[in-house]
Amino acid sequence: MTASTLLLLSLAVPAAGAAVILLLRYNPNAREAASLVTAGALFTIVLRIYLAVSVGDRPALVLAEPIPGIPIALEAEPLGVLFALVASFLWIVTTMYSIGYMRGHPLRPEIRDVMATLGIDRDREKRQARFYLFFAFAIAAVMGVAFAGNLFTLFVFYEVLTLTTFPLVTHSRSEAARKAGRVYLGVLFTTSVVFQLLAIVWTYAIAGTLDFQDGGILSGRAAGAVVPVLLGLFVFGIGKAAVMPFHRWLPAAMVAPTPVSALLHAVAVVKAGVFAVLKVTVYIFGIDFIAATGASVWLMWVAAATIILASLVAFTKNNLKVRLAYSTVSQLSYVVLGAMLANQLGVVGGGMHIAMHAFGKITLFFCAGVIIISTNRTEVSQLKGLGRVMPITFGAFFIGALSIVGLPPTGGAWSKWFLGMGSLEAGQIGLVAVLMLSSLLSLVYLMEIPLQGFFGRPRRAPDRDAAGEDDHDHGGDFHTPPRWSMAAIITTAVACVILFLYPEPFYRLMTMVAGP
Amino acid sequence: MIAEHLPILQVVLPLLAAPVCIFLRNPRAAGALAVLTSWSALGIALSLLREVMSTGVVSYAIGDWAPPIGIEYRVDIVNAWVLVIVATIGAVVTPYAITSVESEVDRKRIPLFYAAYLLCLTGLLGITITGDVFNVFVFLEISSLSAYALIAMGQRRRALTAAFRYLIMGSVGATFIVIGIGLLYVMTGTLNMADLAALLPEVWDSRTVKVAYGFLGVGMCLKLALFPLHLWLPNAYAFAPSAVTAFMASTATKVAVYMLLRLFLSIFGRHFSFEVMGLDLILLPLALVAIVSMSLVAIFQVDVKRLLAYSSVAQIGYMILGLSFASVTGLTATLLHLFNHALMKGALFMALGCVVYRIGSVHIDAMVGLGKRMPYTMAAFVVGGLSLVGVPLTVGFVSKWYLILGALEKGGLWMGVAAIVLVTSVMALVYVWRVVEVAYLRDFAGDERVREAPWSLLVPTWALVLANLYFGIDAVRISAVARGAAEALMIGIGS
Repeated sequence: MTASTLLLLSLAVPAAGAAVILLLRYNPNAREAASLVTAGALFTIVLRIYLAVSVGDRPALVLAEPIPGIPIALEAEPLGVLFALVASFLWIVTTMYSIGYMRGHPLRPEIRDVMATLGIDRDREKRQARFYLFFAFAIAAVMGVAFAGNLFTLFVFYEVLTLTTFPLVTHSRSEAARKAGRVYLGVLFTTSVVFQLLAIVWTYAIAGTLDFQDGGILSGRAAGAVVPVLLGLFVFGIGKAAVMPFHRWLPAAMVAPTPVSALLHAVAVVKAGVFAVLKVTVYIFGIDFIAATGASVWLMWVAAATIILASLVAFTKNNLKVRLAYSTVSQLSYVVLGAMLANQLGVVGGGMHIAMHAFGKITLFFCAGVIIISTNRTEVSQLKGLGRVMPITFGAFFIGALSIVGLPPTGGAWSKWFLGMGSLEAGQIGLVAVLMLSSLLSLVYLMEIPLQGFFGRPRRAPDRDAAGEDDHDHGGDFHTPPRWSMAAIITTAVACVILFLYPEPFYRLMTMVAGP
Repeated sequence: MIAEHLPILQVVLPLLAAPVCIFLRNPRAAGALAVLTSWSALGIALSLLREVMSTGVVSYAIGDWAPPIGIEYRVDIVNAWVLVIVATIGAVVTPYAITSVESEVDRKRIPLFYAAYLLCLTGLLGITITGDVFNVFVFLEISSLSAYALIAMGQRRRALTAAFRYLIMGSVGATFIVIGIGLLYVMTGTLNMADLAALLPEVWDSRTVKVAYGFLGVGMCLKLALFPLHLWLPNAYAFAPSAVTAFMASTATKVAVYMLLRLFLSIFGRHFSFEVMGLDLILLPLALVAIVSMSLVAIFQVDVKRLLAYSSVAQIGYMILGLSFASVTGLTATLLHLFNHALMKGALFMALGCVVYRIGSVHIDAMVGLGKRMPYTMAAFVVGGLSLVGVPLTVGFVSKWYLILGALEKGGLWMGVAAIVLVTSVMALVYVWRVVEVAYLRDFAGDERVREAPWSLLVPTWALVLANLYFGIDAVRISAVARGAAEALMIGIGS
């Protein structure tokens, strides 16, 4: 099988999986088996693409040509492979997690929301099938983003990703979900059309091509004030990167079921955004060109402001998922910052942060979801003492949080290290201070959770014996977390540590992107 | 050989089929004849396009009277393109009409409906194919009069006032056009388009020619519903039978835009229009106001048909905007959007026709939860709506792309124009998504018996929906035709 066939398969396999899921909608076991098999197959495909790319191959493929000279084309290059590896691996884990989550405790309120029209069982199954269906479509779109061969293709799949995740965000169809859906679509679509599309057509008008090329396509063709403006249009136009003030959609998306928040809104969708920013800086502008024109300096500080402000907002949020969402907003801007530093270390750090943050944050979301379905608690203030009942969950949360903060022995340490070095090399001492301050802030707002869990004193012990005596808002009794979900949590938490010991594959891919 | 006579057959076939529909009396038989006629019209239009693409301009002298004395039918790449658009929509909407009309029009009047419908098709094809300006006026009246009758057949009594209003405004427009044509005849002594194009430069400086230009411009802008001369359109579209709305929205205004391009670019010429008369400077603000204000008005509509009608006025603004760029890229955008907008609005109005067929209303509150009850219909509406918004992989995106590219090519303040086009796309998302949200994110509360629309409605609807996707993904050939037509228009008819 040639490498370009593999590229086609990386899109076709999730889409075909979606079709199978639709066919098996009344048979939950077979349906979920199909989901797992699809996810496993996709990861195998991406792994083979990785093997081809790691020896310097660049498989490519043209799918269609909507506008003369601007094809929809796929090409595998190291940065895209890194993103695809992370997304497809975590899709397997998330599918495991979802199986436990979505079937686990059908009478839990959040699940009840999720299956708002529980009434008939057949109807519920249909809605669950719809969940897996759009999930698979979203992954296909993510693969399209990862392997996009030109800016236009990237834009196409970016928009497809927005549209396929909309039904997932509004899954519960409650009034809150409808409102969140409006914010989600409104912000993402508006930024992508008004800024990003404008920037893309502008780029085309200047360069006459939209291909991703080493060293960029704008260098030598654009000059003066156009460069910083154009770069700004891209950075704000890629709304999925959640650079302030276009970040509101991400907390809004938290009304979705937790597996969606975990994979899409900590990994696939948001990383598609920062990935696109990196792609544009490296392959459209070229980092040397950006560094020479100084076009990105103002955007560095926008990213820095987002990092700090989002951390501060995270402090004020008592809802666990929303707090994690603001933490994501802050962390995404690390990658944007890495791109805007426009030097080799910054790009390496930004790319590695895509991977490291993905593993850390998905662990945190998995834990949040398990806490919700086991205890029906959604607020940070309700978690005191819960760590003694759910030691594995809170232990995993602790490891994930370490990785987000950037402390050894977790993978997050590496990406923060490179980003800090990159800031120094760019001569921006101020940015180093920002990075350190934000690490400190995240240390406080994230570590509060496991520390309170292990050492806090609960108002009433929420253990199994005291079931039913709890405060009303603390929800009812305690349910043992589903085994499938716990396996997923352990996997990602362990991965955070492994990535500290073996960051090599990701580092090598990124040096192929940014130069040694 | 029959192939030589294709240009006249294009018009004569539907013209002759119209009275036969009345004699047939049987609604089904009349419908079948109309379908047959519209399909052969499409066949003729396609073979004309193929001929023009391979051998260049096709000229046909009616009754063998050589032009400029006799009436000439003259097909070049521009009107071959528009003929294909009109005939395609006709070929898709006519089979749709058979089922749709049965539920919306009085049974006794159905044969009359097909007669008027075929006459309207005749008129539109005639305007497009003829190379004689007075002939344009004649066919304009044929298409307009039959259109008034078609609109008046709507179910609700307000259809009558809507048709009457259209009649008044349309007649004013037609009068202006005939005055303009008369003035040109006074100055040049000819009615043949190619002849006019050759003779006009000598008399450019005369005030009469400029007055004629003004009359023609206003008359045609009334016909194509350019803001602020659009007032007839929303009610006419909202109250007409569904099939008529789908047909008119996708063809009538497109043909009017073609007329404008033909007269102002081919006959008067690019130099006179843009440099002497400043056409671009007049059209640009009107187009921008049309796009912004009508998109805004559309957001607040509760009747979805009327919502789409206002959206149509905004979309016409996009077409005129492309013209006001006075560049090949801009004109390519205009010509592509003629086709693309026909596809998307056709699909959307046909989807609404399916809704009317089942629940009798397209009020937004009546469409609550319809996504589950009529999944194929509403899916068609979603795809058509996304195309209207201009999401990539649909035709709407391709036209938007060329419009924005045209604006950016001009640089400077035109960046603002590009920004307006993009912002109004977001407004389109708002009005489309209001319907989508109501249909999908709420629970159905209406009559339990409501089911999916019959196949006879869904198949034509989905044919257009799939065309929206196909030409959005593989637009190379279609863009090449549109670009060729744009270049032909910029060169002018004379040379």
